[in-house]
Amino acid sequence: MTAAVPVWRAAALSLALLGLLLLGWEMAVKAPAASGPAVDPELAALLSPAAAAGGQSAMPAPSEIGARLLELLSDPFHRRGTNDQGIGIQIAWSLWRVAAGFTLAALVAIPLGFLIGMSPLLNAALNPFIQVLRPVSPLAWMPLALYTIKDSSVSSIFVIFICSVWPMLLNTAFGVASVRREWLNVARTLEAGRLKTALRVILPAAAPTILTGMRISIGIAWLVIVAAEMLVGGTGIGYWVWNQWNNLSIADIVIAILMIGLVGLALDRLLGLVARAVAWQE
Amino acid sequence: MSPPLPAAARYVSIEGIARRFPGLTVFEDVWFHIERGEFVCLVGHSGCGKTTILNILAGLDQPSAGAVVVDGREITGPSLDRAVIFQGHALMPWLSALDNVAFAISCRHPDWERGRVREAARAALARVGLAQAAERKPAQLSGGMKQRVGIARALAVKPKLLLMDEPFSALDALTRGTLQEEVSRLVTEAGQTAFMITHDVDEAILLADRILLMTNGPEARVAEIVHNTLPRPRVRANLHHMPGYHALRDHIMDFLITRSRTLAGRPPEGWDARRPPVVAPAAA
Repeated sequence: MTAAVPVWRAAALSLALLGLLLLGWEMAVKAPAASGPAVDPELAALLSPAAAAGGQSAMPAPSEIGARLLELLSDPFHRRGTNDQGIGIQIAWSLWRVAAGFTLAALVAIPLGFLIGMSPLLNAALNPFIQVLRPVSPLAWMPLALYTIKDSSVSSIFVIFICSVWPMLLNTAFGVASVRREWLNVARTLEAGRLKTALRVILPAAAPTILTGMRISIGIAWLVIVAAEMLVGGTGIGYWVWNQWNNLSIADIVIAILMIGLVGLALDRLLGLVARAVAWQE
Repeated sequence: MSPPLPAAARYVSIEGIARRFPGLTVFEDVWFHIERGEFVCLVGHSGCGKTTILNILAGLDQPSAGAVVVDGREITGPSLDRAVIFQGHALMPWLSALDNVAFAISCRHPDWERGRVREAARAALARVGLAQAAERKPAQLSGGMKQRVGIARALAVKPKLLLMDEPFSALDALTRGTLQEEVSRLVTEAGQTAFMITHDVDEAILLADRILLMTNGPEARVAEIVHNTLPRPRVRANLHHMPGYHALRDHIMDFLITRSRTLAGRPPEGWDARRPPVVAPAAA
């Protein structure tokens, strides 16, 4: 039995844990190493002068990361050449690719899922293809996409498309196939046409299941875009992470991780709101 | 005992329908008719194919043999002319009570604009006493209220034939009684032709003009047609004080308890599936 916990108590505990984590991190990084430098002196020299002096680990302290975060957020949309663009611009690039790939996937998966859900024949015929293609890592498509599309940005959109299509397709097919027979019978006795039945009965009945698929898809898409952009480079938050690794700016990488998490959370919440709008209860 | 009507006068005519599966015949050679404005109940045990017969009348299911003729036309599929009140209310949970009824009306009158459809839906809900609950979703309605919406939806399309598949069996006794009287009133007011499946004997006596008794399956058949001669209006509260009520009830109970079983299987010598015996126990 779990009793209801007041929100403020959970929030207070969360904040306390965060404070503890940051404090521990800060102390661990700032504490002078007892037995010599914590890292290889040459790498340390590259990372920061303080680390090279042996007084400090190469890992940036939360306070430094915080300062860097303010710096990045003070001018998130600057553009100074191809390799120096604001973090806001990079996130916008990634979001645009996810939005494009995800929208295309929805446009294909939802109508196709409808057909599969309504026709047991199509379901049986297409199932082998779906089952074989679905477990393929979306990144495995990348070389093929680059070869055929010959454009790195469009290729990453394609990879997003291919990874978001499956959950939406399967959930739509499942949702449509499990619409209650009695509702379909109501539509039949009312002589509602095929289109009217699809839009006014099947779609709303299956909408919560479809939205669950979309929510899974957007999560996967946001996971995959980072890896895809690391591969193809150019723009995007994934590319930016890789670029900061090449620059050995660990603080920027930590910030990128935080940003990716926050944007992913926002995307999930957004679809959660839509899911709530179409939910129904018996 | 009235002589059988000429076929032309029969509003709904069920002609020799059967439902067979390989190795199993659920029912065979079922004939009966429903006159315009008449209320017919079908009573029988589970497994005799009652629901299948209703679904065939609705056009949701096809008979293995035979045909159903409604108002001079053989039916080929579901139609707005034959509305169904389902056992589970079958309301769409994402629509309000009003929108559930409005959906049906918009199917009947695709040319009506939205305002007119909603007005008609509101009126249909008011007839079943649900004007106040029109905007509520089914989840916010009690079982009895949900079934009222189902009744309003079925009647709103003004069907030629109203079909009911044990519509009140999921409700508590008190609500069931109220709804039975409500349906009785609505059907009488509208002169609605109705066919109902039930295994509640009092429900059949309250509502029906004629009660069809089916033998147990497999190979179920209409063994007997009981004329309900109790005068209308009938009120549930004093139904059991009406002269003839007990004779009628005993007759049906006897059938359900013993004769539905002993008559099952092979029909007796000289049996005519088109003219099962007609009795009127309450008239004696």
